[in-house]
Amino acid sequence: MSIDNSTVKKVAKLARIEINEEEETTLIAELNNILGWVDELKQVNTDSVEPMLSVFNESMQMREDKAESNFDNNQILDNSPESNSGFFVVPKVVE
Amino acid sequence: MNDFENLSISSAIEGLANKNFTSLELTEFFIKKIEKNKDLNCFITSTFDKAIEMAKISDQKIKENEARPLEGIPIGMKDLFCTNGVRTTAGSKILENFVPFYESTVSNNLWNSGAIMLGKTNMDEFAMGSANTTSFFGNVKNPLGSKVNKELVPGGSSGGSASAVSSGLCLGSTGSDTGGSIRQPASFCGLVGLKPTYGRCSRFGMIAFASSLDQAGPITKTVEDSALMLQAMVSFDKRDSTSSRQSIPDFSDFKKLSIKGKRIGIPKEYMIDGLNSDIKKIWDSGISWFKREGAEILEISLPHTKSALPTYYIIAPAEASANLARYDGIRYGFRHNADDLNDLYQKTRGFGFGKEVKRRLMIGTYVLSAGYYDAYYLKALKVRKLISQDFEDSFQKCDLILTPTTPNVAFPIGEKQTNPIEMYLNDVLTVPASLAGLPAISVPSGFNSEKLPIGLQLIGKPFDEISVLAAGAVIEESRGF
Repeated sequence: MSIDNSTVKKVAKLARIEINEEEETTLIAELNNILGWVDELKQVNTDSVEPMLSVFNESMQMREDKAESNFDNNQILDNSPESNSGFFVVPKVVE
Repeated sequence: MNDFENLSISSAIEGLANKNFTSLELTEFFIKKIEKNKDLNCFITSTFDKAIEMAKISDQKIKENEARPLEGIPIGMKDLFCTNGVRTTAGSKILENFVPFYESTVSNNLWNSGAIMLGKTNMDEFAMGSANTTSFFGNVKNPLGSKVNKELVPGGSSGGSASAVSSGLCLGSTGSDTGGSIRQPASFCGLVGLKPTYGRCSRFGMIAFASSLDQAGPITKTVEDSALMLQAMVSFDKRDSTSSRQSIPDFSDFKKLSIKGKRIGIPKEYMIDGLNSDIKKIWDSGISWFKREGAEILEISLPHTKSALPTYYIIAPAEASANLARYDGIRYGFRHNADDLNDLYQKTRGFGFGKEVKRRLMIGTYVLSAGYYDAYYLKALKVRKLISQDFEDSFQKCDLILTPTTPNVAFPIGEKQTNPIEMYLNDVLTVPASLAGLPAISVPSGFNSEKLPIGLQLIGKPFDEISVLAAGAVIEESRGF
């Protein structure tokens, strides 16, 4: 399977990354190279093998469903590129 | 002033306790040394005022006989660990101005043990790299390059941490290891690098790359120092859902553990094409050292070894593509202005991330996308199980596994930049233990013909860091330098 312009454009859009034409050309070659290489996994027999999502095998602990906040709004907003009256500012999203 | 350059953490603790010098003297020595060695580019942010302040407190504690385990020990903190009030960038433009208002558990544990922060060390952007050539803040140089009159890479992604310890700019440093990012730079810089069992160190406040693999660990000059730092770093933490509740041993007990009668497995699959001949020789020496100490050497097989790297390059980018979705230019970090929201996301991420990060986010997004999920991601998860199973089977027969850490020694800056896979191959011997979540250490074991360091890797059973450290100490005692 090989990746073409339209696939790279689609994936970049899904990943929300703007790429220029030059990057697009490079990425097509690089992604094909890398995916061609990982394709060798197809030769590994994984019939009846359970997928392994994590090596962690201790049971996760339940906790009380209680909200805890250790921070105040200003601390959080101080890192935002733009804020106003205690809110994050984004470009207009509704007409 | 004393020359503290070659001091180990353990000897510094002794020197401080005996009042041979103060923490303030130590700290001021390293501050001067960092300023003199700016060309190595080990630090992204220095925190000298904070360091002096912490050193004064430490000296007071020592005076009052209240010294904590790492009291007054100046260290470097990888810029992947969030530090309260101190800029934390993960080596990325997208976090260039990010100042956390909370502290990572690992760094907090270290400060509570009395360690002193000299600054935040340089690293590959979001820990994605094996040469420290992907940082937005520039390449890091390996101090050992001056031995061969070349500009060599320190390895990555914890390149700043390794270079700083190797050049004597601090006594130890923290690293994080997703596929080899502690062990490989430690090997390239002639240091001890330990990746503990997955779950030993909390991931809270550690900027996420691939959450099922990320694990913090120390980079130090000696095995004893490694045990000392590890002790301070580990803890159960309810803020990390995969933090382990396993009991935490006294890691310095490694000194009491004999290797005699232990079974050391030598996996034949690690004898890969392209393994440097000097490294092969040191591997053979390592085998003979363990024989001499009374260990039993046996050949083992980890049949899925060659699938580990491709598996890793599906799983790690997939997890990264989810983790790095948070960098949207709205709540923190860099923002590229735009007229509509989608454009803002795309431009922010297009300009804010470097090439390698974008490449991996694209791979990750692709392998998780509709139609390819089963063929790539699910397949990789199944192969991961087989890789893990290989280790489980082997550990029925042996107690530890001995391998080289890297297929080659440190290479010149600028090499392996044209084909990403060439760079990825650096991690071929470290990635399998990462996928299986096992503790593994790299210990300096010898040199190539140019006198560049070669590290051997010891992989242990889950939560058996003590045996890994004990075997590391055997190498230290046997190598003859």
